Amino acid sequence: MANRIVVDPITRLEGHLRIEVEVENGKVKNAWSSGTLFRGIEIILQGRDPRDAWLFTQRACGVCTYVHGLASVRCVDNALDIKVPNMARLLRNIMMGAQYLHDHPVHFYALSALDWVDVVNALEADPKKTADLAAAVGTAPGSGVKEFEAVKDRLKAFVAGGQLGPFANAYWGHSAYKLPPEANLMAAKHYLDLLKMQVKAAQLHAIFGAKNPHIQSLTVGGVTCGADLNADRVAHFMFLLKEIKSFIDNVYVPDVLAVAGFYKDWGAIGGTTNFLAYGEFPQTDMEPDSLFLPRGVIFDRDINSVGPVDPGKIMEHVRHSWYEGNGNLHPSKGETKPQYTKLDVDDRYSWLKAPRYDGQACEVGPLARLLVAYGSGHPQAKATVDHALQTLDIPATALFSTLGRTAARAINTKLIADAMVDWTNEMIELIKKGDTKTYQSYEWKDGMGMGLNDVPRGALGHWVDVKDKKINNYQMVVPSTWNLGPRCAKDILGPVEEALIGTPVADPKKPLEVLRTVHSFDPCIACAVHVIDPHTNEVYKVKVL
Amino acid sequence: MSRDEFLGRNAEERGISRRDFVKYCGLIAATLGFPVTMAEKVADAMTAARPSVIWLAFSECTGCAESFIRTTYPSIGDLILDVISLDYSETIMAAAGYQSEELLMDTAEKNNGKFYCIIDGSLPTKEGYGMIAGRPMIDIAREVTSKAAATICVGTCSSFGGLPAARPNPSGAKSIQESLGIKTINIPGCPPNAINMVATVVHAVVLGSLPALDDLSRPLFAYGQTIHDRCQRRAAYEAGYFAKEFGDEGHLSGYCLYELGCRGPETYNNCPSVKFNQGISWPIQAGHPCIGCSEPDFWDKMTPFYVAK
Repeated sequence: MANRIVVDPITRLEGHLRIEVEVENGKVKNAWSSGTLFRGIEIILQGRDPRDAWLFTQRACGVCTYVHGLASVRCVDNALDIKVPNMARLLRNIMMGAQYLHDHPVHFYALSALDWVDVVNALEADPKKTADLAAAVGTAPGSGVKEFEAVKDRLKAFVAGGQLGPFANAYWGHSAYKLPPEANLMAAKHYLDLLKMQVKAAQLHAIFGAKNPHIQSLTVGGVTCGADLNADRVAHFMFLLKEIKSFIDNVYVPDVLAVAGFYKDWGAIGGTTNFLAYGEFPQTDMEPDSLFLPRGVIFDRDINSVGPVDPGKIMEHVRHSWYEGNGNLHPSKGETKPQYTKLDVDDRYSWLKAPRYDGQACEVGPLARLLVAYGSGHPQAKATVDHALQTLDIPATALFSTLGRTAARAINTKLIADAMVDWTNEMIELIKKGDTKTYQSYEWKDGMGMGLNDVPRGALGHWVDVKDKKINNYQMVVPSTWNLGPRCAKDILGPVEEALIGTPVADPKKPLEVLRTVHSFDPCIACAVHVIDPHTNEVYKVKVL
Repeated sequence: MSRDEFLGRNAEERGISRRDFVKYCGLIAATLGFPVTMAEKVADAMTAARPSVIWLAFSECTGCAESFIRTTYPSIGDLILDVISLDYSETIMAAAGYQSEELLMDTAEKNNGKFYCIIDGSLPTKEGYGMIAGRPMIDIAREVTSKAAATICVGTCSSFGGLPAARPNPSGAKSIQESLGIKTINIPGCPPNAINMVATVVHAVVLGSLPALDDLSRPLFAYGQTIHDRCQRRAAYEAGYFAKEFGDEGHLSGYCLYELGCRGPETYNNCPSVKFNQGISWPIQAGHPCIGCSEPDFWDKMTPFYVAK
């Protein structure tokens, strides 16, 4: 007999998400994903100065800070035919890289680790055995017996105090937790280490970004931080990057592989079918050719056939969302008006729309980026993926899963951290050559612009129509909308809905396994909810440029 | 949790009655040379509970919560483990769904009148535009804040409405003060500096009181002066050295950004003094004008940002 479970709020994500699943015979049979907050940023942008857009859109999300701002300046640059100077391109990439180095590790430890790590069980650990385990899996500093003893004592005192704070009323002791106490203690210590490290990763971003969250050194035409291209700042950046890279190489990546080793069965749970990546980090002004992480689309898990991406094939459906009509039109065509009705999973149940590429639901994010890179022959991507599969002794098919997605996030971070060293060296070479122009002045014109980006959570597109120096229309199609959107008019499930089918649920009162897969998508629901302007009822035509 | 509850739970589980425990504290007091009448005070100190904090997130972007965790001394780990008891925060709590709902209601009830409520995000007032666990956000806000010792709004959204309330305010978003008609402490900024948010919380916990506020309920220690008053480039302003375009010689040598749209003169905040991310930088240092992000309605009043007033 089927059992309906509603998990609302889903915690440990950004924004407001509700998940409903139907469980039969201990497995998820059906699932519905709902975004429950609406702000309307595109409506707010209507009629404003296009140069301001990035400051507004950056506030789509403070976890995915920076990324919307970057998408925005790119699309307005595109609309006004501005070619930003080389150093500005590089600094924008470097700031994007810094965002990745903050975002992905924080996601693993602070937002998803508690799904896999039983912190209460960590109190049973033997500190000596924990030190041995740490030595076996990686080269994390501070991994001696005394350090683990200290963390264990601290956690013990915390729990004994009776005020469990964020750890209260949770799922400790659930049968789905598989780590031995030593692994739990090691991960708990690294969670605390990560909380310290993220402060530094934010500093890295702020050196050229002014502050984090919510950078303030971008602008249409380039960046404003030209005066920070001095020896002191660059040295600070280089040596701070070293520390952060060390955490990623010695703590984050080894931890993910170590934890994955105990959960290999999750290599067969939580997979989707199609993968879309716009690619990121242009190395020159040639896109998509010079993208460090390539652009591509994969259908039916066929990594060997990476296809080109045609933005004209993106459609956003509203049939099961709280907007008028049943339209399934290109982001820039058609009529949509927000219209809230009650939450009915058989009818309309989300503020998120349902993007589809060539009619298909597509997963976006670290797994999509990695698979497209792998399939495109990216040497470092191939090497790191093959190494991870070998270390874990799991088949390539395990990539299409919750486990695969989580490991992909760590691998993405490593690839970018390594590249950041190269980009810093490139920055130094440009400074030595005197090639430090950071801003290109421009003339106003009417025009359409598009900015395609691949940000931590996945493929992000911004489109603008500039008319008489004002925003005539603005549209954002956002990664979490791809991943956490509802069914479309053809009743094709969204990626997280598809991924949840078949998930084992040992105890319907404690849906830990459901949280694992939902969290693996790293949801950002503030980003995901947006709307086409209801006033003009017009979506502008998007030119593929 | 009250001291008595704590004693009851832990001590009794170990077979120690309350009477025994206070007797024990009397021994400690005597050993320390205090009169036995100090026993109760020692018992209090040994079982002092960390103050309960409930963090509510509404129509927000989570930037304020992210900024909050950039704190050092105390670090966020030290804050959560040693200083406060963060009993509800959807961003980091382990529990989800009805287990987290239970925690919210139980914590507010058990600590009625004693917990601090921190809020980020404004409240959408249009029906269905902001729901958590099937309830309108505004109902949750009303219920929880009515039981709080104090409500601290972090960020311009909860303090003044912020981005969702920018024209034409599609969701009917309002500040906490306006939508609930209650008094709050406002720590605006988009997002606010970690220093200002954490200092206010620590002020409450360590000094047992709340800092002095201005007429917009903002702590004077942070918002008592304008950016312009504290800016390193003020001398350039006074001397008439203005950057004319991004990347020009003046811009790269620290000229005033007033002509590029800086809102420093009308913005109250301490960014130039404390800077962000442990003193790394702040907007004007990074060559970008101030956008006035700690002022009410700045998205409408300070725009277009790149045009001087």
